[in-house]
Amino acid sequence: MSKILIVAEHQGGKLNAATAKCVHCASQISGAEIHIAVFASDPAAVAADAARLAGVSKVITVANPQHANPMAACIAPQLAELAQGYSHVFGPSTTFGKDLMPRVAALLDAPQASDIMAVESATRFRRPIYAGNAIITVEVTPGTQLVATVRTASFDAAQTSTSAAAIEGASPSATLPQHTRFVSVSAARSDRPDLQTAKKVVSGGRALASADNFKILYQLADRMGAAVGASRAAVDAGYAPNDMQVGQTGKIIAPELYMAFGISGAIQHLTGIKDARTIVAINKDPEAPIFEVADYGLVGDLFHVVPELEKLIASNG
Amino acid sequence: MKRILVSIKRVVDYNVRIRVKPDGTGVITDGVKMSVNPFDEIALEEALRIKEKGLAEEIVAVSIGPADCQQQLRTALAMGADRAVHVQTDAAIEPGSAAKLMLKLIEREQPMLAILGKQAIDDDCNQTGQMLAALWGRPQATFASKVEISGDKAQVTREVDAGLEVLEVDLPAVITTDLRLNEPRYVKLPDIMKAKKKPLETVEPSALGVSPVERLKAVKFDPPSQRSKGVMVKDVGELFTALRGKGLV
Repeated sequence: MSKILIVAEHQGGKLNAATAKCVHCASQISGAEIHIAVFASDPAAVAADAARLAGVSKVITVANPQHANPMAACIAPQLAELAQGYSHVFGPSTTFGKDLMPRVAALLDAPQASDIMAVESATRFRRPIYAGNAIITVEVTPGTQLVATVRTASFDAAQTSTSAAAIEGASPSATLPQHTRFVSVSAARSDRPDLQTAKKVVSGGRALASADNFKILYQLADRMGAAVGASRAAVDAGYAPNDMQVGQTGKIIAPELYMAFGISGAIQHLTGIKDARTIVAINKDPEAPIFEVADYGLVGDLFHVVPELEKLIASNG
Repeated sequence: MKRILVSIKRVVDYNVRIRVKPDGTGVITDGVKMSVNPFDEIALEEALRIKEKGLAEEIVAVSIGPADCQQQLRTALAMGADRAVHVQTDAAIEPGSAAKLMLKLIEREQPMLAILGKQAIDDDCNQTGQMLAALWGRPQATFASKVEISGDKAQVTREVDAGLEVLEVDLPAVITTDLRLNEPRYVKLPDIMKAKKKPLETVEPSALGVSPVERLKAVKFDPPSQRSKGVMVKDVGELFTALRGKGLV
């Protein structure tokens, strides 16, 4: 039987939605027993959230001030210790999970399947390769412990249940290395929804032509309650910060509505949005590849379309 | 000697349109342009800049794979690497095996830094650097967008989902590169000529005491499912009505 340990990702004392998606992915392995490990300086609130995810039967907490800012070098040896006896160890395919899980896999001498997008059995998974231009089905030798990162855009979040799983404290004996020190994190804090988890995303490309012009997208996004994204071309041109980049080399997202303004639709961008429920493309060029994947396309000048759309939404609020 | 080890993976060039073989046994690589993995090019560029600041003395480029990998090692030597090591094998190399092989070279070369691309653009695994750091028992600073070396420490800015994170790590350490760390230089013709004279050593995995195993087997390859093309609307009003109808605005 499969026994799966999932590492929780959390910020500011709250469980990240990516963890609930990992749980949903794990629950697709039939008969799996699912546990969550929480590493934090004070894990209580996160553990309480995790314990209410449907399908989770146990939450293991590791409290340590050194986990206040999660660092792979510190979590990995402790997670590897807790992972003894589990058939699978899962983490989200976010920068947190991508950084941590291979370090855990190496300590366990286990293979890792990165970015799993579908579960075929306890030993068989599908994952994208070549920036999503091909999908590979991989199979691990039965009896081999497997580490994996879960492509969060491919799974819905697990439901929350009314009953809570047991929460247990653990004290792994692995000593934490002192060779890696957290200095700072500069988050582009905003009142807008988080790009990774937003239900609606408004995104701009090189056609915005300046950082200042991005303001019209921010206004539209605020009117809609949407997050704001950008193409790699717009980020490289300095019109938008790195953490707004959508695409294979940026964030891979799956909102209900994705609106692309002045984005041509390079393959690496399309890889990042292809799981969006509805894609809307606005572009001056009728030949832009983005129209090939858009549910609704409009050939037009975004500098006219954006304010007009905002006005329509406002007046029909 | 202050040395930096850099990974150089041979991959299908990023401009090539990837096609899955009709029988699903792989992607078409026959007659396709091959290049240095772009993230590895960034890794080498960063190593060169560190050396040019006088903070390192020698750069060793390492590639693991079939005989053809030597083409990419020659490119690395032309870019400015001082010498190259080719771990020659036709076996399938998982990131775990690559990390074990690199560790053996690290034990031999005793570098101050190992810089690797954060992922290869063929298998998109994003594992080898982290695995190498774990096996080596040293710090990892992944997805780097800025690297500052001072003495026996490095301060690395990392591109994370929340924004930019800064870590301080003791050397030696493993750094993996993100896109915006630097822009790799172009290779000039005289450098290509000079590169032919630079040392390129070939070793077998067995000579390093590693036998690569494949624990995650490829069962089949499929093309991605395509989204179907939707409808074109004529103006903003029509777009608004359509989206309102779906409860999206």
